[in-house]
Amino acid sequence: MPKDFQPAKFCLGCGHPLVLITLHKVLQEMGLVGKAVLGLDIGCSLLAINYLPFNTFHTHHGRVTPTMVGFKRSNKESISIGYTGDGGAYAIGLQSLLHSALRDEPIMVIVINNAVYGMTGGQKAPTSFIAQKTDEGINEQPPMLGAEIVASVAQSGAYVARGTVTDMGVMKEMLKKAIETQQAGHFSLVEAMAFCPTAWKTVGTETVSYLKNNLLPVFKTGEIKS
Amino acid sequence: MAHKNKFSRAFLTGAEVIVKAAQDVGAEYFFGYPITPASEIAVDWSQATKKNKQLGFLQTEDEIAAGFAINGSVLAGRPAFSATAGPGTVLIQDGLSMAEAMRLPVVVVVAQRGGPSSGTVIYSQQEVNLAIYGGNTEGMRLVYSSSTLEELYQNTQKAFINAWKYRFPAIVLTDGYQSKTRGVLEVPSTSKKLKSQPLVVLGANQHLPNIFTFEEELFVKLQKDVKDFNKMAEAVIGYEEFNTRGAEILIIAHGTVGGVAKEAVQKLLKKKVGLFRPITLNPFPKTALNKLAKKVKKIIVIESSLGQLERLVRANLDENTKVDHYLRPGLGIEVDEIIKLITK
Repeated sequence: MPKDFQPAKFCLGCGHPLVLITLHKVLQEMGLVGKAVLGLDIGCSLLAINYLPFNTFHTHHGRVTPTMVGFKRSNKESISIGYTGDGGAYAIGLQSLLHSALRDEPIMVIVINNAVYGMTGGQKAPTSFIAQKTDEGINEQPPMLGAEIVASVAQSGAYVARGTVTDMGVMKEMLKKAIETQQAGHFSLVEAMAFCPTAWKTVGTETVSYLKNNLLPVFKTGEIKS
Repeated sequence: MAHKNKFSRAFLTGAEVIVKAAQDVGAEYFFGYPITPASEIAVDWSQATKKNKQLGFLQTEDEIAAGFAINGSVLAGRPAFSATAGPGTVLIQDGLSMAEAMRLPVVVVVAQRGGPSSGTVIYSQQEVNLAIYGGNTEGMRLVYSSSTLEELYQNTQKAFINAWKYRFPAIVLTDGYQSKTRGVLEVPSTSKKLKSQPLVVLGANQHLPNIFTFEEELFVKLQKDVKDFNKMAEAVIGYEEFNTRGAEILIIAHGTVGGVAKEAVQKLLKKKVGLFRPITLNPFPKTALNKLAKKVKKIIVIESSLGQLERLVRANLDENTKVDHYLRPGLGIEVDEIIKLITK
């Protein structure tokens, strides 16, 4: 752990720290740590407060996007990043996410997609796949492909991509392009397919297999709009 | 004219008064969603942004987004506000709760319309509860209610100034009678200005929490907020007493009804009737209320709701004074009705 990081509050094996540490690395390489503001949705995302050495604040569940819209419009110098889970992005916060993409708000949204509600104990998410075991039983509803929906309303110049924590090299490039997109004045979203061993009830390599076998076939990685 | 150089006269709607007051005091951004009878505030502000490029305007996807966008804007240090009504006042509570918890100086104009639900579209006094206690909060919000256009101008400015000074969200209560009708406003030629600053400074490595791990952490934070709110109360409380010397009956009314009641009291000068009109509904002018209550035989609360003001009065009343009421939920109240009520 770098000395300027606070101890992580995430579960062991969680996907969040991989994305967050990489985000910090990218910002460092771009010389933008001093301009970054990371707004946090509620759910496991909230645990990212005071984890990385740049500005963070909590919002409400599903509301980080409109908060960052307000922030960015009032501080154009900032690199305004909304950090949220798949529930915050594609269920309770979808309306604001879609309209922000439609208006081409120059904010960056990072969505951690683990197809489950982790913080609340394993309930089904809008991203849960068919036949997924959740705390509420077997999911029968098809998953929402949020990044594709966002890309369908995003404007020319916007950037929408989906990466996976099993390939952080590609993820790093996506995060960099998303930040460059904001600098160019456009909306960007990076969805990260991520581990949740606690809610998946997996251990060790089972966690990696769960992601590769269940999630990646449904959620195709790559650039969706660039 | 004696004050020729200090004032200019303008013929404005209440919505125009609010927009002018907000601009004069230093508000810079409006985020909101159209709803009657608050829409004109959004429209007038959007027109103002065309003349002054320093001002910003966004029609959001809903009032929830508006509530959070104003939070984001003030976090960045730019004074922002919204205006809404009825069901929109319900939706904006999400953001107002965050503002109350994180001490964000947002201002929301609430143009009360009839309820419950979509109700009627122009007038009521039924959003007092929402203004003060609408969130999952403890009601630490500054709430103003105005009886005249001039007061609406002043209260709008005070809402911005005090929100930023004391770091609590502020609400300017109005209604469609006020926002849509035109009247003469004497506008001061120089305006007071709010003092804003970024709450999140770029590069400062700040971390602002809104959720806590331990009950004790939240408890300690709230103790401080309550202390700050009570301290603010001493400085910001506003009310009007009219014809209260020697009064036996004390009418208590606020906002539009407060103005109507004053006119009624003017016509009842020989009847020993006085008026107590709270201008800040929260914090409530408790000391002034009790001082008057001790001297009168009876209080009559008059309002266009089913007792939202009356509950505030009763909660703040330490004296054993009899409290009567005249409640007309969602219905306008006229001068003659009050005269009849007193003289019957």
